[in-house]
Amino acid sequence: MIDLALDSLSWVLLCLGGIFVLIGGVGALRLPGFYTRLHAASLTDSMATILIFTGIMLQAGFTLATLKLLAIMVFLLLTGPTASYALANAALQSGLKPDADQLGENTAGDAS
Amino acid sequence: MIIVFALFLLSLLVVTALAIVRTENLFVAVMLTSIFSLLMAANFFILDAADVALTEAAVGAGVTTVIFLGALALTAEREKYAAGGGRVAVVVVAILAALIIYATFDKPRLGDPDAPVHQHLAPWYLEKTPELVDIPNVVTAVLGSFRGYDTLGEVFVVFVACIGVLFILGVQPEHKLPPTASISAGLKHHLIPQVVGRLLIPFIILFGLYVQFHGEYGPGGGFQAGALIATGIILYALLEGEEEALRAIPRSVLMGLVIGGACLYGGVGLLCILLGGNFLDYSVLAADPVTGQQVGILLIEAGVGMAVCGALLSIFHAFAARTIRP
Repeated sequence: MIDLALDSLSWVLLCLGGIFVLIGGVGALRLPGFYTRLHAASLTDSMATILIFTGIMLQAGFTLATLKLLAIMVFLLLTGPTASYALANAALQSGLKPDADQLGENTAGDAS
Repeated sequence: MIIVFALFLLSLLVVTALAIVRTENLFVAVMLTSIFSLLMAANFFILDAADVALTEAAVGAGVTTVIFLGALALTAEREKYAAGGGRVAVVVVAILAALIIYATFDKPRLGDPDAPVHQHLAPWYLEKTPELVDIPNVVTAVLGSFRGYDTLGEVFVVFVACIGVLFILGVQPEHKLPPTASISAGLKHHLIPQVVGRLLIPFIILFGLYVQFHGEYGPGGGFQAGALIATGIILYALLEGEEEALRAIPRSVLMGLVIGGACLYGGVGLLCILLGGNFLDYSVLAADPVTGQQVGILLIEAGVGMAVCGALLSIFHAFAARTIRP
C-alpha cells in the first residue's frame, strides 16, 4: 500500500516537473524580449529540478543512488540560478536595457 | 525504449550539426558545438561507453568551449562571407556522403554479437584481464596496459599540441610582459558567481581526483581527470582573474606538468626495460606480476592526468594572455 502511494507520488512529481520544463520551453520561445525569456526559462528550470529529482529519489528509495541524486540536485540548484544571473548581468553590462516600452517592437522583430 | 531515446538523440545531433553549419554568428556556433558534444556524450553513454562519455562531456562540452570563446575574443564574432567554390564543395560532399552511406550497408547490426569487433581481440581482453591485471574496469586495463603504446602516443599528441599552440600564440616570458597587462580582473565584483564558484571549485577538483584514482574500478582515468581538474582551475581563473590563477599555478608549473607527465609515462616504460622486461610491460615493476601491472597502470594514469591538465591550462592561459595584451 505504502509502495503504491510512494510510486504514485513520485509519478505525480515527475509529470509536474515535465510540465514545468515544457512551460519554461514555451516561455523561452514565445515571450518578448531577452529578460522575459530568461525569466521564464530559469524559474521553471529550478522548480522542475526540485520536482523531477524528488520524484526520482522516491523511485530509488533508501540507496546510495538517492544520495548521488541529492548531490546532483544541490549542484544543479546552485549552478542554474547562478548561470541565469551571470547571463542577465552580462546582457545588462553589454547595454541591453530591460525596457517595457520596447516590448512591442521586440515581438515584431522576433516574429520575423 | 532505449532505442527510441537513442534515435531522438541522434536526430537532435543532426539538427544541431545543421544549425552549426547554417549560423553565421560564431558565438552561436561555439555554443551549439558545446550542445553537440553534450548530446554526443549522452549517445556514448547509451552505447555503454561510460569512459568515452565522461571524456566527451569534460573535454568537448567543457574545456573546448572555453578555449573556443578565448579564440573568439581574438577574432570577430561574425563569419566572413566566403565567395566561390560552393558548387565544387557540394559535389565533393555529395560523393563522399554517398560513399559513406554505401559503406554502411556492409556494417554489422548495432550490438550484433557476431560482429568482427566482438570476435577478434575483445573476448581475449575480457577473459585475460581478471587473470593478468585483476582490475574491474577492463577499459582501463586495455587503455593502460594491453594498448599502452597507443596511450603513450596519445599523451605525446597532447604534448605536441600544447607546444604547437604555445609556439603559434607566442607567449612571452613573464618579465617581458608590460606591468599593466592584467586588465582582466575576472568577476571579482560579482558577489553571486564569486560565492557559488568558490563553493564549487574544491568539489570539482575533488571529483577530478576521484575520477583519476577510481579509474581502475569505474569509468574514469587520466584523460577525464585532467580535463576536470583543468575545468576547476579555469573556473577559478574566470572568477578571480587570470593573474590570480597564474599566481596559484605559475606557467613554469604548468609546463612542468606537461613535460613531467609525458616523461613519467615514457620513464615507466624505460624502467620496465631496465628491470628486464619489455617496454611498457609493467609485470616486472613488482615481485608479483599482477601487482606490477596495477602499479604500472596507476603511474601511467598519473602521467596522463598531469599532461592533459597542464596542456589544457597552458592553452587556456596562452589565449587569455593574448586577449588582454593591447
